[in-house]
Amino acid sequence: MPFVTANTQRGSYDVIIVGSGAGGGQTAYTLCMEGVRVLMLEAGRQYTPAHETPMFQTPDMAPLGGAGTPDKNKGFYDATIDGGWDVPGEPYVSVPDKWGGNFTWWRARMLGGRTNHWGRISLRNGPYDFKPRSRDGLGFDWPIGYDDVAPYYDKVELLIGVYGGETSLENTPAGPGGTLLPPPKPIVSDHLLMHRAPPLGIPVLPGRRAVLTRAQDHRTIPGKLHPGNARAQQILADAMRKRSPCLWATPCGRGCAVAANYQSTTVHLPPALATGNLDIITNAMVYEVTMGRNGRANGVRFVDATTGRHEHATARVIVLGASACESARILLNSKSGQFPNGLGNSSGLVGRYVLDTVGSSVGAQIPLLENLPPLNEDAADGLQVYVPWWLYKEQLAHKLPFPRGYHIEYGGGKGMPSIGTFSGFEWLTGGSYGRKFKEDARRYYGSFVYFDGRGAMVPNDKCYVEIDPKVKDRFGIPVLRFHWQWGDYEQRQAVHMQETFGQIVQAMGGRVQTPIITDPVKAIAPGGYMIHEVGGTIMGASAHNSVTNSWSQTWDVPNVFVADGGVFPYNADKNPTLTIMALAWRMSDHIMERMKRREI
Amino acid sequence: MTDRRTTIKLIIAAAAGVPALRARATYRLEPGASAPGPLREFEPTMHGYGPDPDLIKAYEKGAFWPLTLSAEQKQLAASLSDLIIPADDHSPSASAVGVVDFIDEWVSAPYPQQREDRETILNGFAWLDGQARHAAEQPFAKLHEGEQRKICDRICNVSRAPAALQQPAQFFATYRNLTAAGFYTTLAGRKDLKYIGNVALTHFDGPPVELLKRLGLA
Repeated sequence: MPFVTANTQRGSYDVIIVGSGAGGGQTAYTLCMEGVRVLMLEAGRQYTPAHETPMFQTPDMAPLGGAGTPDKNKGFYDATIDGGWDVPGEPYVSVPDKWGGNFTWWRARMLGGRTNHWGRISLRNGPYDFKPRSRDGLGFDWPIGYDDVAPYYDKVELLIGVYGGETSLENTPAGPGGTLLPPPKPIVSDHLLMHRAPPLGIPVLPGRRAVLTRAQDHRTIPGKLHPGNARAQQILADAMRKRSPCLWATPCGRGCAVAANYQSTTVHLPPALATGNLDIITNAMVYEVTMGRNGRANGVRFVDATTGRHEHATARVIVLGASACESARILLNSKSGQFPNGLGNSSGLVGRYVLDTVGSSVGAQIPLLENLPPLNEDAADGLQVYVPWWLYKEQLAHKLPFPRGYHIEYGGGKGMPSIGTFSGFEWLTGGSYGRKFKEDARRYYGSFVYFDGRGAMVPNDKCYVEIDPKVKDRFGIPVLRFHWQWGDYEQRQAVHMQETFGQIVQAMGGRVQTPIITDPVKAIAPGGYMIHEVGGTIMGASAHNSVTNSWSQTWDVPNVFVADGGVFPYNADKNPTLTIMALAWRMSDHIMERMKRREI
Repeated sequence: MTDRRTTIKLIIAAAAGVPALRARATYRLEPGASAPGPLREFEPTMHGYGPDPDLIKAYEKGAFWPLTLSAEQKQLAASLSDLIIPADDHSPSASAVGVVDFIDEWVSAPYPQQREDRETILNGFAWLDGQARHAAEQPFAKLHEGEQRKICDRICNVSRAPAALQQPAQFFATYRNLTAAGFYTTLAGRKDLKYIGNVALTHFDGPPVELLKRLGLA
């Protein structure tokens, strides 16, 4: 029985993994396929996408038409359960920034964590993104480069299935060929972007998302990923055959009952469980890494959320993949005589240099797209195409007032009408009601597009987490206190996003729904909104300036590793999940080498 | 998501010539209770559906919290919803596809946004009835469409409504948002818009080339 309890767990394990999302899931997959015995501890409940995903449910079947509420922040059908901006009984503290903004922290307490609802956008970091300081003198370089990670990007793309297109654009790498699935066909509004943006010098590429646009090649991929390991190949081939290609319907954010997109619960965990090497305890809230006598960690303590009992699990190696800030919290709460300021914190940098993604958005209405004939534009649920960052040369020449780039996530089309589709419609209709309102709805339906800028953040020392001296959660565990301050660079970048959106909308012959924001403070979304928080246990070249080394191994304790976004010393504009998985795979290979050599 | 709205405390302008609002009575919600009047504090004693509801089943309105609109309020809601979305050659009216129940569920919900909207809407209902009684000594629901339009034409556009009518205009905008939300999320609403998605396809072909050519995009 792979789902176990504190009482039924085996005596000891090779590796304990805390968390079951992108980092924890990838680590469990890589280790278990190679015969390592793993115990995974997940703070939330067991979750079964095949039975629990609301595929094809329409908004009228949900309370309040599916509206977001304090219980389900991103709508009734969002896959996130027992989570959101607030988790009952699990508070956190946020110190307002100088403009009164607060960092907000999205969590999910469920097997698979946030991978169940994420946007599936899977962009590789490019060479510049690993060596930003070398390029412009700001922030930190990673201790590794693109070439170190590229083989793992290849592997992850083959394993999880990512659609996309080949490209030769600067710092926008694709694999060696054959790692990406074909991109979906663009919809009408995509064609409009492809037609109108390039004359402005703005490139448009096929999107990249972890969605199966066709069945995975279960005959050749397992051999590429697990050479010489017939059993792993068989298990993976079986797992791949159980995944359906995209049905071209129902939003990915609900999760996918047929496993046509990546979530840890449908892609990483089933084959890992099939090996027999993975045990999972759910409702296990880990709060401390415990030290043995030899300077090594020997296990973790957790609260069984269903009984309230405190439990201890032991293993040779501890991997934290609880999410960047949660893993930092566990380390900071792991105080001992040897580590009075928290485990792995001799540098004082645990919790420091938390990063998010710069976000800014504009919606627009496009007359050319009015009164289109009926079209099924559910497509791949978005990002059939996107705009990669395109002004690297201008930036290098200091022609822009901010040093790092952003990409544009774009959408439109005749998606399923929701409760918001005709909300706040007066700006177009002049306040119509009656038959005219229905005519207006038919006319404008499908003529809306939106632009979401997603930009890089330069690390700054005003963004960090620490343990709040007073507040504890319902388990009695001290909670995090967030500090946040966007820098000038990020705010200027957000204004540039707004201005770019305005130019594109103009080139489309459209009109923006809200005025283009030129106030740098107002153009940028508050910290945490993008749910891309990384850093806090950053990797680096020396024990003085980082928490982990280039293998995501804590400098202080050789058998403690971090598998989540905590190790990012820099958050490029590329969405972090794909990189989290690539680094977790790379780390797992390293763990196995060290275990074989009996070094850990 | 519905647009975020600022809290509206509806103060009836003397210029509008309608009776001043009565002081609010505290109102404790009980299942099936009929509403004593249009204005009341709403103190829900129940919780919402919680952070882990069953996402598979289809819910009837009122499945998680009791509906609270009175018979008179529902009549007003129906007449106003149908004034906004009447039957036409494409689809039935809003009330014919359950929009009144949708709005009842909305204004009866225990969440902050919905409670705020409840205040906006019930105050707006009172304003409409006040206007109707002033003009024709009838509740709004009993007026002819022409008389109803005469009242609503003044508040159907926030940016054009006079200062004294800003709050009724905000109410109308909120109510129209909710009526459209309730209507276009039904099967009838989807058909009206000729939405043809939400069906499993074996392949996705994109738009026809002829259409792209017509739009100058091919």
